[in-house]
Amino acid sequence: MEPGTLSTFLKRGAIWGFIVVELIFFTVAGEFLSLSDKAFMDLDNMLLLFKQSAPIGIIALGMTIVMINGNIDLSVGATFALSAVILLDCMTWPFFAGLGDWVIPVAWGLALLTGIALGAINGLIVWKTGVDAFIVTLGSMLGYRGLVFMYNGEQPTSHLNWTLVDFAEAQWLGLHTATWFLIVMTAAIWFLMNRTVHGRNAYAVGDNRDAAVNAGIRVGPHIMINFMIIGFLASLSAVVFYSESGSVNPNDGELYELWVITAVVLGGTKLTGGAGSILSTLGGVLAIQLLRKGLGHIGADTETVNLVIGCILIAVLFLDRQLNLKGKEELRV
Amino acid sequence: MTEQTPALRLEGIVKTFPGVRALDNVSFSVMPGEVHALMGENGAGKSTLMKVLGGIYQPEEGRIVVGEESVVMTSPLEAKSKGIVFIHQELSLAEELSVAENIYLGELPRKRFGLVDWDRLYAQTDEILQKLKVGFDARTRVGDLSIANQQMVEIARALTVDAKAVIFDEPTASLTDAEKVVLFDVIADLQSHGVGIIYISHRMEEIFKITDRISVLRDGQYRGTLTTAETNEDEVTQLMIGRKLDLRRNVSHHELGGVAIEVRNLSCGDLFHDVSFKVRRGEVVGFYGLVGAGRTEIAETLFGLREPSAGTILLDGEETVIHSPIDAIAKGISLVPEDRKGQGLVLGMNCRDNMTLPQIDDLKAGPFVAEGSEIAIFDQYRDRLDIRTPGWKQQVGNLSGGNQQKIVIGKWLSMHPNVLIVDEPTRGIDVGSKSEIHNLIRELAAQGYAVIVISSEMPEVLHVSDRIVAMYSGRIMCTFTSEEVTEDNLIQAISGITTDTAA
Repeated sequence: MEPGTLSTFLKRGAIWGFIVVELIFFTVAGEFLSLSDKAFMDLDNMLLLFKQSAPIGIIALGMTIVMINGNIDLSVGATFALSAVILLDCMTWPFFAGLGDWVIPVAWGLALLTGIALGAINGLIVWKTGVDAFIVTLGSMLGYRGLVFMYNGEQPTSHLNWTLVDFAEAQWLGLHTATWFLIVMTAAIWFLMNRTVHGRNAYAVGDNRDAAVNAGIRVGPHIMINFMIIGFLASLSAVVFYSESGSVNPNDGELYELWVITAVVLGGTKLTGGAGSILSTLGGVLAIQLLRKGLGHIGADTETVNLVIGCILIAVLFLDRQLNLKGKEELRV
Repeated sequence: MTEQTPALRLEGIVKTFPGVRALDNVSFSVMPGEVHALMGENGAGKSTLMKVLGGIYQPEEGRIVVGEESVVMTSPLEAKSKGIVFIHQELSLAEELSVAENIYLGELPRKRFGLVDWDRLYAQTDEILQKLKVGFDARTRVGDLSIANQQMVEIARALTVDAKAVIFDEPTASLTDAEKVVLFDVIADLQSHGVGIIYISHRMEEIFKITDRISVLRDGQYRGTLTTAETNEDEVTQLMIGRKLDLRRNVSHHELGGVAIEVRNLSCGDLFHDVSFKVRRGEVVGFYGLVGAGRTEIAETLFGLREPSAGTILLDGEETVIHSPIDAIAKGISLVPEDRKGQGLVLGMNCRDNMTLPQIDDLKAGPFVAEGSEIAIFDQYRDRLDIRTPGWKQQVGNLSGGNQQKIVIGKWLSMHPNVLIVDEPTRGIDVGSKSEIHNLIRELAAQGYAVIVISSEMPEVLHVSDRIVAMYSGRIMCTFTSEEVTEDNLIQAISGITTDTAA
């Protein structure tokens, strides 16, 4: 066995192991503590869990790319909200009145374009100014959120299109539409990161930017494309979610960036870039959703849920650090 | 002077590393009020000796005597408390803090409740600064000072303790001539206060100007001490490189092709000036000089990482402008960088991915990377360069330095460049792999590549080069052919002594 294979395996498999532990714990604890008679691992419950994981999960895929690339995007929550506003509002524009249900793809297209454009702005600023992505997207997070409020004030933006709701609530092979979107995007992004030149470059740029420049990779445009991808995914997440709910509050999507980052980090992606895995991110997303659902199942309230997730996040990163430290002589701080 | 007790004495110091006797029975002493030069080639053991003195390494044998007290240095802090102070080449200052805070870092004067006694701090600092006659005060932010003045802050730090001996490690590497004068005044002042000074430098000029005696190390052994006033550059050089060692290599002579790259009057700001040279196909041109002589900067300019401020670059006789590394690669220039881990490799990636990094765009099958062709390329260059790795899946970070370097070289060879620039090809590489890399460089030349080798190691430059360009503070001093070069000439050229431009 090659050196490091075991620890690599442990690290890769860790998040799925954690999910199994969660399932067992909540099943057993649920027997004693749950107020309902339903088992935790009920099929409907699990299907719902996948569906509820989709909004955060789809964005987390994009965040994984951006973080592997050595950047971060804090503006995803605001992008999510703004795309949702565009999606719902444009269906009511008189301009599109004659389209009938054909307004749906148009609305989707516009919403997705919004996301791509917002991402492109982030990427362009990071590329051209060289300012840290954390700062740039902190600024755009505030800015994009401002746009959401400018659009409709404090009022929610609502529009229900029943064809759309039917589509969003549909189940195919037992899985909800949202779940399918999550699965398809996970597969697509996995291929992007593991099989294409773009994916290879993303790891190289994140791990050693100087070496990437020396190898002739166009780092600036590369980074911008990744911000466009995460913008697209944030708006896709909005499209999937609001097709069903039909109403967006100007505060929607707040703190999404933090939940997304939590999921990605739980999945083992490094904040410093260069390492990370799409499938583990999916694991991270599911683990968080399980935790929320499971704690709810045994009667814990939202505050407790947040406290527990916070503690687990720190514990996981500590463990990860210990695993990484082993064999390496690192300076103690 | 002979009547006095030395300020600092080293007796029979031995320090070994696995496979290397880094210091072999080294003894020498510094008198109070003496400036004692310590000279030797790179790798002669100077830095190891200083690390022993500074308490970073523990010697296996020998003892250190400060004044009349035999001491065991266990930590840098202890060395300082014994009055041994280092002025390092790389400064270790907190740029955002004031001069005073830097000087008393870790031992700020305090008032009651642990509050900092700012008045006393600034008063004490200003007192020291006055002694040094510098043009800034205790409240200045260190980041706002010039490099020379930052060095003064380091020196001021040295003066806060009752220094018995002060060690200057290449202190003038980043100083202008005017700043050097100030530094030498300070050294003279320390000297007049009876402090013993060890002055480490490669620059003969300075050595002969300010030192009293010169001790020479070679291959970890003490080779003798000369009185500066009674010796000359040739004698010192002789001592540094040993007997007329003929390191001239067994170069296979082959036909040279046309001029692959020519540089005319190239300058880049303060980094290098008016540099002109040609490299023909099949030729290895070595660039030799001290750290900071501008060699790496020339390489970076040729590779499109820096923009020249003047001059022209001709590739195959045609004038060209290189805008970026992408451009350089497209025009057939490759750079194996000085900092292999920092600039050459993506350590977290496997061998294959590192090797094909610059060309995966050309290795696509539809939208996907053609891993099959990647593996084929890796296999080809693994065999050609004899890269020892369990397989392409191995993370590059786990390979030895020599194999890592071969991956970088393979990466560029697989791009079929015309000009290959290799910066410090064997830095941090063990002796066995070193000669492999040297042979490889010769072979590449024989195959018709134009090769530029930048190195700080004289044996290396002598061994691989057909011609040697000697640089000193951003200028080309001389160009030697391998037939005419001697170690003496070379060492003098890079120390800024001779200025005659030979062939």
